Amino acid sequence: MSENHTRSVDEPSYLKYKGRYRGIFAWIFSTDHKRIGLLYLWSILTFFIVGAILGLLMKMELISPGKNIMGPQTYNGFFTLHGIIMIFLIVIPGLPAVFGNFFLPIMIGAKDVAFPRLNLTSWWLYLLGAFVVLTSQFTGGGPPDTGWTFYAPYSFQTPTNMLPAVTGAFILGFSSILTGLNFIVTIHRMRAPGMGWFKMPLFPWSLYATGWIQVIATPIVGVTLLMIIAERVLNIGFFNPALGGDPILYQHLFWIYSHPAVYIMILPAMGAISEIIPTFARKTIFGYKAIIVSTIAIAFVGYFVWGHHMFTSGMSGVALYTFSILTFLVAIPSAIKVFNWVSTMHKASIILKTPFYWAVSFIFVFMIGGFSGLVLGALATNVHLHDTHFVVAHFHFIVFGGTGFAFLGAMHYWFPKIFGRKYDAGWANIGWITFFIGFITLYVPMFYLGIAGMPRRYYDYVEVFHGGNIISSFGSIILIAGIAIVIANLVKSAISGEKADQNPWGGRTLEWEVPSPPPLENFDEIPHVTRGPYDYS
Amino acid sequence: MENNGKHHIVPYKTHITVLLGLIVLTALSVAVTSIELGPLTVTVALVLASAKALIVLIYFMHLKFDNIIYSIMVAFIIFSIVSIIVITFLDYLFR
Repeated sequence: MSENHTRSVDEPSYLKYKGRYRGIFAWIFSTDHKRIGLLYLWSILTFFIVGAILGLLMKMELISPGKNIMGPQTYNGFFTLHGIIMIFLIVIPGLPAVFGNFFLPIMIGAKDVAFPRLNLTSWWLYLLGAFVVLTSQFTGGGPPDTGWTFYAPYSFQTPTNMLPAVTGAFILGFSSILTGLNFIVTIHRMRAPGMGWFKMPLFPWSLYATGWIQVIATPIVGVTLLMIIAERVLNIGFFNPALGGDPILYQHLFWIYSHPAVYIMILPAMGAISEIIPTFARKTIFGYKAIIVSTIAIAFVGYFVWGHHMFTSGMSGVALYTFSILTFLVAIPSAIKVFNWVSTMHKASIILKTPFYWAVSFIFVFMIGGFSGLVLGALATNVHLHDTHFVVAHFHFIVFGGTGFAFLGAMHYWFPKIFGRKYDAGWANIGWITFFIGFITLYVPMFYLGIAGMPRRYYDYVEVFHGGNIISSFGSIILIAGIAIVIANLVKSAISGEKADQNPWGGRTLEWEVPSPPPLENFDEIPHVTRGPYDYS
Repeated sequence: MENNGKHHIVPYKTHITVLLGLIVLTALSVAVTSIELGPLTVTVALVLASAKALIVLIYFMHLKFDNIIYSIMVAFIIFSIVSIIVITFLDYLFR
């Protein structure tokens, strides 16, 4: 996509570069955006394994009625920790922190992000926040049992150890804000000459929209968490009805952030899919500008739909109708993207490789997640389905299905660039199909269970729900096997895989014009961009 | 600041005027609490606080002297926050 291909073949790669520090210090004190991206990758992978094991154990508890491997209090602690880890430590930083850090500067033709030290600070804050969150498990009154939403009034009444969990989430928020701010400034100030806004690839565009959500929405949850701390420590009464407070106010404040947070997770996922599909379809992406507009529309409208988490909370009728209408509106830009991806594939000479499998399965699971979201966005059906397993299935299809499939698609797509090695395609495909089958077997029965009336967050259930739970628990074992195959294959290939070419997929964006793995500052000289990002003509 | 590539220097006189303005508005927001305004109490406090924030943004934070894009960004953020508050009140006013 640039006029002069800028190769730095003589320079050592970012993996081998020797700076001021040696050993592990060369990584944890590095301000290189690529090393920071990998620091996030390893941190997120570690937490993901913990979160996934917690999920597996919960499914094992639910494999039959009655107490199997844990009691109710342990189960409550498990789903709270599972939620906190998966949401705050994995999917919110997820794609922006790993692939955004690694590829944003390269894709816009820059040598690093605008504030490299701030970038490293973000990772340290992430670690500090994670540490504080996890101390809640081992200190004070025992693991928190409120769920990751910390709903008032229970969150300031429970004797469990809430303060570290909430304080940790507060610190993690700062990490997110700093990353978002860094990306916004980088995109505004550091695009290569010739790269106008409408010559920028779609992954950076999605990071731009995400950055704004991180900067504007995250402070609101920061304030809300501080209010919970003040409530517990000082007994002020923001949310306590006995003191004139309003518990629904907490739900408003929490979801004003936490709904846009869903878009922090999904927008970069959509951005990664928008990179993978044109590369393997060998075609310019259909409706480039429509995808950009829909990205911004999702980010913007996504701010105003938080109330659909609260349809049964006792909100006013006017608020109910408004949030329901707004929720249906946000489906439109999401659908625009899906139509654009499908149109890109239409009549294309598609090359079937592992990243493409992840991308199309992303579209499949995202569609199921999206449509089930409309079922929950409708006021009448919501009353029946609220707080049932249907909701759990829906958000796992969106958050795990959407973000997870896109994350692993992006991982397989950019793996040769990140590590300079190829992975074993056979095992990668086996990992993908096992993961996919496990995912569907795990979560589809939950839709049925929810419609049949099984509530979420219960460690036990009546006999009538047994069949669906057996299938679902069995699915969790297949899914874990799929995850294990994918991770083992990628880790082994990163260490001893065959050397990869500079551009193994024939991609057209700037990251494929630098060596694999890239040198320290990516480019010898900043490229001059002369054409659009998906020019396959 | 960016328009001419130099740092814009705000004269002391402007800074002092802004400071005095902020002090007057603070005194006003304290004084107004002695008047019984009923449900309007919060509105008045918010209007005064917003006026102070605006002065700080325009002069102390240099929005007036910077590229227009920064003013647009700030306006967009304020619009988003105001929209969120308005939508929240669709619950409280009609409950």
